[in-house]
Amino acid sequence: MAQGVLVVAEQVGGAFRKIAYEAVSEGRRVADTLGESLTGVVLGSGIEAIAPELGKYGADKVLVGDDPALADYTTDAYANVVCDIVRKSDPKVLLLGASMGGKDLSARVAAHLDTGLAMDCVSLRVDGDALIATRPMFGGKVLAEVSVQGTPQIAAIRPNVMEVVEAERAADVEKISVNIGVVKTRLLEKRVETAAKMDLTEADIIVSGGRGMGGPDFSLLEELAEVLGGTVGASRSAVDEGWRPQSDQVGQTGKVVSPGLYIACGISGAIQHLAGMGTSKYIVAINKDPEAPIFKKADYGIVEDLFNVVPALTAQFRKLER
Amino acid sequence: MEIVVLLKQVPDTETLIQIAEDRTSIKTQDVKWVMNPYDEFAVEEALRIKEAQGGKVTILSVGPERAVEAIRTALAMGADEGILIDDPSTEGGDALGTAKVLAQALKETPHDLLVAGQRAVDDDGYQVPAAVAALLGIPQVSMVIKEEVREGKIVCERTIEGGTLVVEAELPALFTTQKGINEPRYASLPGIMKAKKKPLAKKNLDDLGLDPSEVGKGGAKCRVMTLSLPPERSPGKIVEGETPEAKAAELVRLLREEAKII
Ligand SMILES: Cc1cc2nc3c(=O)[nH]c(=O)nc-3n(C[C@H](O)[C@H](O)[C@H](O)COP(=O)(O)OP(=O)(O)OC[C@H]3O[C@@H](n4cnc5c(N)ncnc54)[C@H](O)[C@@H]3O)c2cc1C
Ligand SMILES: Nc1ncnc2c1ncn2[C@@H]1O[C@H](COP(=O)(O)O)[C@@H](O)[C@H]1O
Repeated sequence: MAQGVLVVAEQVGGAFRKIAYEAVSEGRRVADTLGESLTGVVLGSGIEAIAPELGKYGADKVLVGDDPALADYTTDAYANVVCDIVRKSDPKVLLLGASMGGKDLSARVAAHLDTGLAMDCVSLRVDGDALIATRPMFGGKVLAEVSVQGTPQIAAIRPNVMEVVEAERAADVEKISVNIGVVKTRLLEKRVETAAKMDLTEADIIVSGGRGMGGPDFSLLEELAEVLGGTVGASRSAVDEGWRPQSDQVGQTGKVVSPGLYIACGISGAIQHLAGMGTSKYIVAINKDPEAPIFKKADYGIVEDLFNVVPALTAQFRKLER
Repeated sequence: MEIVVLLKQVPDTETLIQIAEDRTSIKTQDVKWVMNPYDEFAVEEALRIKEAQGGKVTILSVGPERAVEAIRTALAMGADEGILIDDPSTEGGDALGTAKVLAQALKETPHDLLVAGQRAVDDDGYQVPAAVAALLGIPQVSMVIKEEVREGKIVCERTIEGGTLVVEAELPALFTTQKGINEPRYASLPGIMKAKKKPLAKKNLDDLGLDPSEVGKGGAKCRVMTLSLPPERSPGKIVEGETPEAKAAELVRLLREEAKII
């Protein structure tokens, strides 16, 4: 009989990503309702030392797959290893983070194991033995409640949505031997472009600019983002104009983000943009057109030229800092 | 080079989505159907590879009769052939079910390279391509913004949080497209005329030797129980003030004292 909840905790460069804590915390909640134990899985190379940290978020046990072949994420090696762990430990539920790598990994694992997967979930609950997930569809225009069948029941959770809860536990750390299996991909190069910049999907505060920026100079937004400890995003128009890189785009053909605060500057609020940021906790819109549709979705709106109001905002926040 | 594009027809992103009586599906009348935007990138990329290396581009889709239109659009862009798997019992299936149908059809369709979208903008599943690759035992590279095929391999630039990875995969392989990979061409008028005469095969599950109970609603391992509309965001307040500075100060106050977010 399948038992327990298994969570794959994502790390990069020897540090857990925020999504790892979110997934483990959510795993704890699911395990508690099922009355099961929670096991974390950490894969990488030279990462054994960070494993106990997962106890802080509720893991009873942590399995460490430490192998040079796992130094960098590759779909086949990671999928093979996760499938192998699942086959050996036979969990009832498997959780992953729906980061870019996590989406790729969870989909492949679910197919290999021939079991159900709910992707990019914003909440999970347990009904009897069934895992029930809520996930946005149609770019967030609809919420679907789905029931996941099979063993294990797999869910990948959307970054930045689930609450991180500390639950001090001393997790047992167990080093496991990994079975890398057949690997048909090879990593040739890693290009880190925004080392200093937090990825949009993990940011708590996002300051986004649209066509209203009028050109590639986003320094006003960068300054505001900096005082707030946030990061800069963009609408598709700003990306298509070549003002910002594709990795900054928020929306249906860009990133789906859920920050605590989203400040949209010179963005009209097209349905495809809303698809990417509609689940933000608070939305602020700065637009000089009082009729701009973004004001219908914003918690706070300022009708004003952004070039006047953004520097004033930055100055205000700077004052608070001091 | 035999290239197969996995293509889905979806509601246009501008379409008003309404939930049907059964609460598990959407109302399909009045919906404008289009090719999934990411699949446009996939068709374009497949055509560019074919133009550079020679070969054939086949469009493969699972969907109802109306999906023929999306396939024809791809043929008008320049693809060579289409295959539609149209079977009522695939309806209500999940991503894995769809992937099983596609994988089975691909067993009878020569392929060196599969190209798919990173997600379909209806179910936002991010799932079918990886499942197809897993079922066929071929490698996958997701969210690709640049690729090059050389000597039995494909080298892809794959986007990740905060950067890109350059990944090499042995062919046959599958990759999914991310915006930025190309600018899809429009179908030309002669292209549209020619598309009408290009082969478009229709098959059902029986033709593929598949058991409907495994791939349709009955076999679904991720089942939609209910659809609902997300809570409407109530339009918030317009922050007033005499000057931009006054408005900024008021916003900061609201964010701190009312929203308590800063
Ligand atoms: C299939 C598809 C997918 C798409 N995917 C995305 C996506 O992922 N992300 C996305 O963002 N869009 C996407 N779009 C495009 C979307 O429809 C809109 O065209 C786009 O979001 C508009 O960007 P914008 O708001 O920056 O520009 P605009 O709509 O041109 O709005 C600019 C706004 O700036 C305001 N403004 C101008 N100057 C100032 C100033 N000085 N001060 C203050 N305000 C000012 C104007 O009043 C206006 O409201 C997609 C479209 C399609 C068809
Ligand atoms: N019914 C389908 N027929 C053909 N290809 C599909 C189908 N569903 C999904 N795909 C492919 O898989 C991609 C991702 O879809 P999804 O996993 O549903 O988000 C799409 O962009 C298509 O390339």
